[in-house]
Amino acid sequence: MPRDTGVLVLGGGSTGCGIARDLAMRGLEVTLVERGNLTDGTTGRMHGLLHSGGRYAVSDQASATECIEENEILREIAGHCVEETGGLFVQRPEDSDEYFQEKLEGCRECGIPARVLSGTEAREVEPYLAEDVARAIEVPDGAVDPFRLCVANAIDAENHGARVETHAEVVDLLRDGDDIYGVEVRHESGPGKRTHAAPGTTEEITADYVVNATGAWAGQIGAMADLEIEVRPSKGVMTIMNVRQVDTVINRCRPKGDADIIVPHETTAILGTTDEEVPDPDDYPEEQWEVDQMIDTLSELVPILEEARTIRSFWGVRPLYEPPGTGTQDPTDITRDFFLLDHADRDGVAGMSSIVGGKFTTYRAMAEEIADHVCDKLGVTASCSTADEPLPGSENIETLEAGMDDFGLRSPVARRSMQRLGSRASEVLETDEPNPVICQCEGVTRAEIRDAISQSGSDLNAVRIRTRASMGNCQGGFCCQNMANELHPTYDEETVREALDELFQERWKGERHALWGEQLSQAMLNYALHATTMNRDRDPASATGDVDFAAFDGGRAASDRVDGTRGAD
Amino acid sequence: MAIEDDVLVVGGGLAGTTAALAAAERDVQVRLVSYRQSTLRNASGLIDILGYTPAGDGPLVDPFEALDDLPAGHPYERVGSEAVREALAFFDGIVGDAYAGAHTDANALVPTHGGTVKPTARYPTSTAAGLASDDRDALLVGFETLPDFEAPLAASHLEAAGAPFTARGVTVRFPGIGRDDAKVTRYAHLLDHDEPVETPAGETTAREALAETVRTHLEGESRVGFPAVLGDDRADAVRADLGDRLGVDVFEVPMGPPSLPGIRLEDLLYEALEAAGVRVTTGVPVVDYETDGEGADATDPERIDRVVVDRNGAEVPHRATQYVLATGGLVGKGVQSERDGVFEPLFDCHVPQPADRYDWFVDDVFGDQPYARFGLPVDRDLRPLDAADDPEFSNLRAAGAVLGGYDFAAEKSGSGVSLATGYVAGRRAAEGCR
Repeated sequence: MPRDTGVLVLGGGSTGCGIARDLAMRGLEVTLVERGNLTDGTTGRMHGLLHSGGRYAVSDQASATECIEENEILREIAGHCVEETGGLFVQRPEDSDEYFQEKLEGCRECGIPARVLSGTEAREVEPYLAEDVARAIEVPDGAVDPFRLCVANAIDAENHGARVETHAEVVDLLRDGDDIYGVEVRHESGPGKRTHAAPGTTEEITADYVVNATGAWAGQIGAMADLEIEVRPSKGVMTIMNVRQVDTVINRCRPKGDADIIVPHETTAILGTTDEEVPDPDDYPEEQWEVDQMIDTLSELVPILEEARTIRSFWGVRPLYEPPGTGTQDPTDITRDFFLLDHADRDGVAGMSSIVGGKFTTYRAMAEEIADHVCDKLGVTASCSTADEPLPGSENIETLEAGMDDFGLRSPVARRSMQRLGSRASEVLETDEPNPVICQCEGVTRAEIRDAISQSGSDLNAVRIRTRASMGNCQGGFCCQNMANELHPTYDEETVREALDELFQERWKGERHALWGEQLSQAMLNYALHATTMNRDRDPASATGDVDFAAFDGGRAASDRVDGTRGAD
Repeated sequence: MAIEDDVLVVGGGLAGTTAALAAAERDVQVRLVSYRQSTLRNASGLIDILGYTPAGDGPLVDPFEALDDLPAGHPYERVGSEAVREALAFFDGIVGDAYAGAHTDANALVPTHGGTVKPTARYPTSTAAGLASDDRDALLVGFETLPDFEAPLAASHLEAAGAPFTARGVTVRFPGIGRDDAKVTRYAHLLDHDEPVETPAGETTAREALAETVRTHLEGESRVGFPAVLGDDRADAVRADLGDRLGVDVFEVPMGPPSLPGIRLEDLLYEALEAAGVRVTTGVPVVDYETDGEGADATDPERIDRVVVDRNGAEVPHRATQYVLATGGLVGKGVQSERDGVFEPLFDCHVPQPADRYDWFVDDVFGDQPYARFGLPVDRDLRPLDAADDPEFSNLRAAGAVLGGYDFAAEKSGSGVSLATGYVAGRRAAEGCR
């Protein structure tokens, strides 16, 4: 029976997009479906650490070795998504000397470049480190933009012929006896969504092979075909600061614990994290104590965090997995390794494999292993080239930086645009049209917004993750409206209005966890701009019932008007 | 030596300036000190009294009718509806021809830069020809370099809101603006001074060039709206000149920060302060205060004897008989917060609040937000009350956004509350000096 596609990948996170790119580059016909936006699940909700492997150098040396290998590959193929910040494992007086030594040796055993700094030397690198920090191990940790990296994988998959369908939720697995041969998806309706198909409709997509790369949601997909996949979703909080208090990744050098990492990320610093198992990856409490713990505990490393301004907090859900019968109680003890579950071998159901567990930093290696497996299943002989071919935006970065053009932009805006766009900068920014800055906090111009819209349609959250617009201090209070304005006239007024409402509400969701001090004042200012100045909260265009315009003050007497008696004089 | 006045107003926004002007009319010596730049510069310049009831009913045609039904503790309930009318009349007297709307009790519906309409009691004359409650067709003109106002989108939005006229929007290049990130004040300056500009047709002046650019887009509309950048010091002349050249009524659509209509209002108020003999010191924070001990008996509230003002590092005592606190709300920083609480930073007046900060908000961004009501509770004399409902001080009154118990953003009542409570606080403070 002819199938719609060769391989159907479920899930638009880093793993799914990585698999889609890998297979498409090998010449396979690939379709990827994602229930929301790309990165909507775990990928868009991580702290942005590009692991050196140092973190696992004691507890899990296999993972540590893989991390440093992939770290080096991503610096090459995704230069525009990575910031080579370096990282420190910092020891406080109460932290164990023995563990510090184990960490150092572990790094060396795994091939992770590591160097010991005295407390004074560490404070020369990071002046805000606490006075009593005893010493530190320097490792090549980095910061990575998970949105940009994931989107670049999807774009490259499309460049190699893949179909990438967002806002298409899997509602059923198509199973014929012991064979899975596709899925049924529902195309999401709503003006903020981009759909290739008519909104609200369902579509059956058949495939030679299905890859379930839905991470923490893999169990829900499996259940559609009566397959049991024992994911153990575990939530973690990340709190975003308004500025980069540190320019280096700061890790606490102790065996394990919550609130032990600070990652500088673009204009911000991200504090993380917690590790707590949750029953449902879509519905779990986001709690005040978690935010307080980030600030209170990490202030022990960087004391100014105590008084600093946080701009929002968000939670992510790790797709942890352990084989049946392992029975680990504490989620921090569950392995970070990934598992490829071939349901033919495991459950006697052919046509699908699930991929669970794993880490963002090693997404490419995971994708390679799965793609190998799929090729094996389909009898395809083609080898992986994802480690060698740069992602879109990262080609010729050095040449580009050497001949950097400011595109008529103020230099900080130009520099930041270049960092985001990489080698696509001239393609996006060279325009004869005026190119004003739309998002002042992040320095995002109209041309970049329009480029994102051309990729992702009217979904402003998709524009946000591509550009960082609305992700700075004002959390969109000043720029959401202007981002929405750029949708017109491609999209009609009602679509624009609803897309704006959706973005503004999404920004508020994370801000709620930072509502004190400066950010509460910012929230009130944002509320005032949108409700008082624009009356968006009681917009007659969105309200039910008509306004009796004639009952209101119509202005000056007709004799004062140009078309009244004055005009007739 | 302390600086001595009869009335000391702390805060230089709409409430503070109104309080100072209302007090000064009663022949007492008034001083106004302010620290931060006033939030007036961020405001649209519209003077709203009440657009919606606290339950969300509206837009209200007549704001005054609804005043008597407001809940206890609402600032309007505290001062009474008569005081609101008096305060508005007082404002009308100060601003004269610069504002319109006094001819009726009815609210006007003013188009906003987001394309929706907002109910308001008074509006700058520059916006008067643009009312959405006026049924003439309108052309909206936006500029390529001003992304805050997308005129064709705003026109479609007005139509979706049911406005009783046809609105069209066009986007043009503003002649003489070379930079994509020019400030709104640069646009205003070009028009104020009618500077020479280069156009493809040769050198001309800014106003003529703008009129020429717009002329070709007119399709019989008798009014044309622009984002609020039409001049600063000479806004009336700019508008009249453009109107004459185009043969239409010209109006402005209020914009977000920085807002020229807000800046123009601030200028008017500070001119009025100067004319009224109010001593104004800006850029100086109040850093401390002292009381003169217990009141007449132990149950009486304390009296503020002096406040300490930081003038470039020198701590200068300022003594007055009566004090008005008009330092603003969360935006103006008259109300501040930390992780474990909300407070009023100058006199540490009581701010009612839920103990758990996760009860400060609700999940719908435009829902009934508790934080939007944060501020001081006051008695009917506008004196801040402590947790036991007793006045914090005998000679301190509060006005404007520092007050609690109302959500100005949802009700569209911010300017009206500032005017009414500023007016009452200023008058009572002056009376208290006798």
